[in-house]
Amino acid sequence: MSTLLEVSGVTVSFDGFRAINNLSFQIGEPELRAVIGPNGAGKTTFMDIITGKTKPDEGRVIWGEKSVSLLDMSESAIARAGVGRKFQKPTVFEDQTVRENLAMALKNPRGPFDVLWYKKTAQGAEKIEEIAEEIGLTDELKRRAGDLSHGQKQWLEIGMLLAQDPRLLLIDEPAAGMTPAEREHTTDLIKRAAETCAVVVIEHDMEFVRRLDCKVTVLHEGAVLAEGTLDHVTQNQDVIDVYLGR
Amino acid sequence: MERSFIMRNPSVLWFLLALAIFTLGVTILSEAFGIGGLSTSFIKTLGKTLCLCLIAVAMDVVWGYCGILSLGHFAFFGLGGYAIGMWLMYARTEEIVVNSLNEGAIPPTQQEIIDGIGTQIFGVVGSSEFPLIWAFSHSLGLQLLMVVLVPGLLALVFGWLAFRSRVTGVYLSILTQAMTLALALYLFQNDSGLRGNNGLSGLQNIPGLDHLGQATISMWFFWASAIALGAGYVLFAWVTSGKMGSVIRGIRDDESRVRFLGYHVESYKLFVFTLTAVVAGIAGALYYPQAGIINPAEIAPIASIYLAVWVAIGGRGRLYGAVIGAAFVSLLSSWFTGGGAPSIPLGFYTIQWTDWWLVLLGVSFVAVTLFFPKGIGGLFDYLVRKDP
Repeated sequence: MSTLLEVSGVTVSFDGFRAINNLSFQIGEPELRAVIGPNGAGKTTFMDIITGKTKPDEGRVIWGEKSVSLLDMSESAIARAGVGRKFQKPTVFEDQTVRENLAMALKNPRGPFDVLWYKKTAQGAEKIEEIAEEIGLTDELKRRAGDLSHGQKQWLEIGMLLAQDPRLLLIDEPAAGMTPAEREHTTDLIKRAAETCAVVVIEHDMEFVRRLDCKVTVLHEGAVLAEGTLDHVTQNQDVIDVYLGR
Repeated sequence: MERSFIMRNPSVLWFLLALAIFTLGVTILSEAFGIGGLSTSFIKTLGKTLCLCLIAVAMDVVWGYCGILSLGHFAFFGLGGYAIGMWLMYARTEEIVVNSLNEGAIPPTQQEIIDGIGTQIFGVVGSSEFPLIWAFSHSLGLQLLMVVLVPGLLALVFGWLAFRSRVTGVYLSILTQAMTLALALYLFQNDSGLRGNNGLSGLQNIPGLDHLGQATISMWFFWASAIALGAGYVLFAWVTSGKMGSVIRGIRDDESRVRFLGYHVESYKLFVFTLTAVVAGIAGALYYPQAGIINPAEIAPIASIYLAVWVAIGGRGRLYGAVIGAAFVSLLSSWFTGGGAPSIPLGFYTIQWTDWWLVLLGVSFVAVTLFFPKGIGGLFDYLVRKDP
């Protein structure tokens, strides 16, 4: 397992408030990692930094074997480099069919003229079928994404991430608002994805994290408070203090 | 397995069929090529309406599909008109000047001809010198190139600056209004080189075609406008179908999501903005020879706002909706403002439609936005049931 992403000494302030404070984080490929932390711990800002939405004041974000800095790249370039992001709220293109959603995410040249002259390929169609099966939406391919249930939208979004053929997946609260059966499916999806690439899951729900059965990073006030197995971190006195209040 | 895009978009075929039938009908009823019945001036109105439909289709692509509410597309329309107008005016004046100078005893020199043309064109603004921007006006080919290049370059530069800075939503709309206002104000100046508020006139007289008469020429322009509308419709239907359509509708609905999928959103916006500006320029180049005159008032900010109103009333996000909206509202507008609609006497007050038309238009706009967000084009959804 080699290091895919290395975040070191990153600090971000918004109007004097330090959302991220000298944060360091590493993830290998393939690896599954859960990031937990109370509200305002900087989990979403952390994702914003990796995906290029927010530029840090200090620190480095180093990517891949060639150790390129993600800080100099635009959001779309970072996505093309292989970072996929799933938002907290399911954000699929509701006006378009499930197939169109997946087709848009398929790894293909992304320039306007490439897309304008794009021809559907049997390979692409196959890949879409494959992903649809994986996320359990084979029968829904022709439906408008807006007509899907909440859980199905979440899966579609995960499917779109998979279609991008990413190396690092950032998933924000995938199980929010799901029924227990849906959660189970989601867990399976994430675990399977983590067999081939690096996956970071941000989650509030401890039960869900336990099911992921992976290394856990606890964030607090913009820095890493503890890291290790779930049992290890939940016995950590600092973590208990943060979660239960001092 | 890949079907051609026309087969996947039957509405394109229906539209082309309707346009062909309309064109044929008008031709049969024309004075020049048919039994007569439609006056030449009405043919010109119809031809101009087709040009307005074309820019409305472009507006629908940039707004209805890509979500950029540009309130400046009439600037591109006007620039296209100015570009063709410069050649029309130059070549026409050249004919007149050469004819009158040839009546003299000594044949005129080239310099005398050019000075004569300059005096004729720029006399109204107290000048006789050709400004630099008229450098290509002697050549039809070069000015036709300008029809495409000038709006295209302006859109490219303006769009690049605006989109790169992530200006979106209402701020972008205001910026595009500022652009068209600035351009109009500049052109109003006498030293802008385009005859200030006089604009370019006599554009209906096509150089070298005087012997044909306006009845024939008006039909030629009508056909050209119909062909341009058909071609533009097919072009935009193609652009908005398939994966490109997916991406630009995605940008409309959730820009940052598209960005995180790895698409460079700004390039797409720039592409759509520039392409629609070029088509708007072409529409303008066909419109103004039928209108006969272009002046800076044509690109006042209100014109571009009307354009958005047409598209909203016709139905955003469907190309035929834009065509219907532009045709319906602009024809209705000329009927009301041209005194065609009878006044309504209320006893204590008489409703003169020339004054009240704008109120009616405003009310319809608000009503459509509130109660029929799909516009007139939305009625087609009742005719065509889509399989779930």
